Amino acid sequence: MIDSVKRANETPDEPQPYAELGMKAEEYERVRAILGRRPTSSELAIYSVMWSEHCSYKSSKVHLRQFGTKAPESEALLVGMGENAGVVDIGDGWAATFKIESHNHPSYVEPHQGAATGVGGIVRDIMSMGARPVAVMDALRFGALDAPDTRRVLPGVVEGVGSYGNCLGLPNIGGELAFDPCYIGNPLVNALCVGLLRKDQIKLATAPGPGNQVVLFGARTGPDGIGGASVLASATFEDESHAKRPAVQVGDPFMEKLLIECCLELFEADVVVGIQDLGAAGVSCATTELAAKGTGGMSVDLGLVPLRDPSLLPEEILMSESQERMMAVVTPEDIDAFMAICARWDVPATVIGEVTDTGRLVMTWKDEVIVDIPPGTAADDGPVYERPFHEPAGQAALNADDPARLERPGDLRAALLTLLGSSNLASKEWVTSQYDRYVRGNTVLAMPADAGVLRIGEVMPGAEETDRGIALATDGNGRYAKLDPYAGAQLALAEAYRNVAVTGARPLAVTNCLNFGSPEDPEVMWQFAEAVRGLADACKTLGVPVTGGNVSFYNQTGSTPIHPTPVVGVLGVLDDVRARVRHGFTAPGLKIVLLGDTRDEFGGSEWAHVAHGHLGGLPPAVHLEAERALAGVLVEAAGRGLVDGSHDVSDGGLAIALAEACMARGVGAAVQLPGGDAFTDLFSESTARVLLAVRPESYDELADLCARREVPAYCLGTTGGSALTVEGVLSIPVEELRAVHEATLPAVFSS
Amino acid sequence: MVYRRRPPSLSETPARRSHVEGYETMGAARVGVVTFPGTLDDQDAARAVRHAGGEAVPLWHADRDLKGVDAVFLPGGFSYGDYLRCGAISRFAPLMEELIPAARAGLPVLGTCNGFQILCEAHLLPGALTRNEGLHYICRDQRVRVENAATAWTGDYASGQEILLPVKHGEGRYVADAATIGALEAGGQVVFRYLGGNPNGSMNDIAGISNEAGNIVGLMPHPEHAVEDLTGAPSVDGRGFFTSILKKFVNL
Repeated sequence: MIDSVKRANETPDEPQPYAELGMKAEEYERVRAILGRRPTSSELAIYSVMWSEHCSYKSSKVHLRQFGTKAPESEALLVGMGENAGVVDIGDGWAATFKIESHNHPSYVEPHQGAATGVGGIVRDIMSMGARPVAVMDALRFGALDAPDTRRVLPGVVEGVGSYGNCLGLPNIGGELAFDPCYIGNPLVNALCVGLLRKDQIKLATAPGPGNQVVLFGARTGPDGIGGASVLASATFEDESHAKRPAVQVGDPFMEKLLIECCLELFEADVVVGIQDLGAAGVSCATTELAAKGTGGMSVDLGLVPLRDPSLLPEEILMSESQERMMAVVTPEDIDAFMAICARWDVPATVIGEVTDTGRLVMTWKDEVIVDIPPGTAADDGPVYERPFHEPAGQAALNADDPARLERPGDLRAALLTLLGSSNLASKEWVTSQYDRYVRGNTVLAMPADAGVLRIGEVMPGAEETDRGIALATDGNGRYAKLDPYAGAQLALAEAYRNVAVTGARPLAVTNCLNFGSPEDPEVMWQFAEAVRGLADACKTLGVPVTGGNVSFYNQTGSTPIHPTPVVGVLGVLDDVRARVRHGFTAPGLKIVLLGDTRDEFGGSEWAHVAHGHLGGLPPAVHLEAERALAGVLVEAAGRGLVDGSHDVSDGGLAIALAEACMARGVGAAVQLPGGDAFTDLFSESTARVLLAVRPESYDELADLCARREVPAYCLGTTGGSALTVEGVLSIPVEELRAVHEATLPAVFSS
Repeated sequence: MVYRRRPPSLSETPARRSHVEGYETMGAARVGVVTFPGTLDDQDAARAVRHAGGEAVPLWHADRDLKGVDAVFLPGGFSYGDYLRCGAISRFAPLMEELIPAARAGLPVLGTCNGFQILCEAHLLPGALTRNEGLHYICRDQRVRVENAATAWTGDYASGQEILLPVKHGEGRYVADAATIGALEAGGQVVFRYLGGNPNGSMNDIAGISNEAGNIVGLMPHPEHAVEDLTGAPSVDGRGFFTSILKKFVNL
């Protein structure tokens, strides 16, 4: 029996399973008011997914608006928030589009497929802007390194990210990996993708022009990720077989690779009017969003959707999250050329409907009308909540628990080695060696560098004419954000901004993935509100607009939320990519310069975490003007060729930065500490600091530049030798550093 | 079928500007770069050919046409999604129907990574490439020794020369029966050997091999990712593959 519009009119009082689909009673009543009748089960499917937290941002919208209202003036911003991904002008007629998105919950349930389809989804977002995806990054958080479930989840996630990205031919150029017990039941898998396109080739998700064809192309639709729809199906159809379907999608990177090449040929041939990827909410989302942003109407015959499982019901087709699918709007004149390109790449493509000017989205199934709605009511007019929030009960006590009370170590050599081998600071090579960082041949810097750097020239036809490059970094620190979510979000931005500048790139724009607990918990909502406010304020001060991002709520186990974890991605541009600064100490005989001041700041630090299991006090102070001045020095110094190597000073302080800079190329260093207290100098996590390696003949010029831009500079010593020596404090052979640094992850995962 | 190579002629093709100093005169050699569905390193391979001064000619898996090229490069990737077995489907592509007899007749062919797997599946090279010993995909900069500098693709190296090339694969463990391994070793067909740690458990640390005639070479490492200072691996040791094959045609 088909639940048609006709039948809905005839059976106005039939009970509907809106609650099982996650809808509140008032939301259901609103749908009835919009339609002037009860929704059909297909319409209910559409509204339930489109008005879900994931698709509608109903709890976060009122806060996220600040990214728009506080946005700094930016000539670079071509497409801002609200599209599939933001687009920024990177010069010479080229544009970059980038976005980070979460796939946390699926990755806990099924680590490999959850992570793989997270990569697949973000790559399609980038494709739908008209761009060629050129690289991916991933920001990962897991429970404690020695927790048994981490051994289940982490290898699967890494394999998923790796196998999907590797098979797609996208270099993985960086990211983050951190461990904390708060993520044990709720790992974070945030995937970032960046793409490049000509400035005049931006595509948008829109369906204008009555008579234009609606094409579904890519993989066929199967019963993936339709946990919700099975509720509907079983409730309406009493069919047990539809009730037990997998809730996690399964990815096919080979199809995605074909889709990429196919889409690029379609764009090149200029046969696409509008395009949208199918991600969460599948056909429901693509049709309502395309129609709402276009002429306003669309008619679709759901019976034409190619199925992998012919028993799928219309509600399931609407909600299916089958991967590797795209929807395009194509003029009747271009449809043959469109289909020919798809055929060349063996990509199935089917016309399933056309654009209309009726203002209604109408879908049929076996000649009966099963959906007839104004598309904007599903896509744009979802519920908006002003969730209550207040400071957590224990926040004041947490902040009062100052790390000054912690006993400081006498043996700084041992302290350094302990930190260097601790889970968050240990080498991540066990993970990153499973990712292809070289494919496509444009990788200039990748892990363990502070930021990934790509050459733009030769990415695709026409790009040879630019010398530019882009740099990307992601950062986030849940402990800092737990102590102060306002400052924590700013610190994440400051570090990513600094990591981009360390390569010599000018930071341009921001994307973010906001990972939090339940928005229905007023204490979590306070963390969220503070983090968004902090990030929006800091973006304004640093002059880098937010171009898009993603909110992930309900990251909690039982009633215990994760640390608030805003992950921030920053994209920068190098006018001449050949001027990029290499990672670490690149050669012996260079002067080692520390830029920025060091204060006694240990709240939320790695040292407090590792040595004492302590989290309390306040995170390091945010100095946005200092960050801005520092970036100014770094960009100018790189442009003038004054710097040979560089490294950000952050987690673990100067000690870890020096050790990592030495290990980069096996070049030792001899330094003298600038301040009075060796422990503070070595392990404090004060912000707005970097290490530089400078040829002696360039040093005076660099010092002048720092003085002019009012950035403190301290010459610490010289690179060379086979050990890291801090005069009067410690001396450790680089090989010993390396052995400790590299042993930690293999000890857990290779055994 | 007898493969007829298009005669190299400097006058026929305008000289291209080379990115590598000293190779300006090598514009004549045309190296085909094959794209299967799922091939990933084709543009990198083409770029490496161009940088050495050659002409990269795109070859499409579905065409029965080698376009008269002087040599063929089968690049890495996951052709046909590595379904069934790496390279198992690609070997049946229409283009391969032309390529296999041409290679047997002497056309120089280089296969890297997935290209090496395809050459083994097509029986142009003996043995097989199986899952890495560690069961993980591995991407790292690998020291490799050139064991035979007399093949069509290694003439610009010295025998025994140590070079640095990236490896990046999940199924690169070379295996063959004892007789085959013995014959490869005795005949100088082990062209490359891993140094400083075998990344995948290959027998005899074998990184690459050739056929008896030396025109067909397959290896797991990626020379095309080690040709520029700015990008890729921290070495330019891969350039020799491309200069070797180009010089071969200029000197004919």
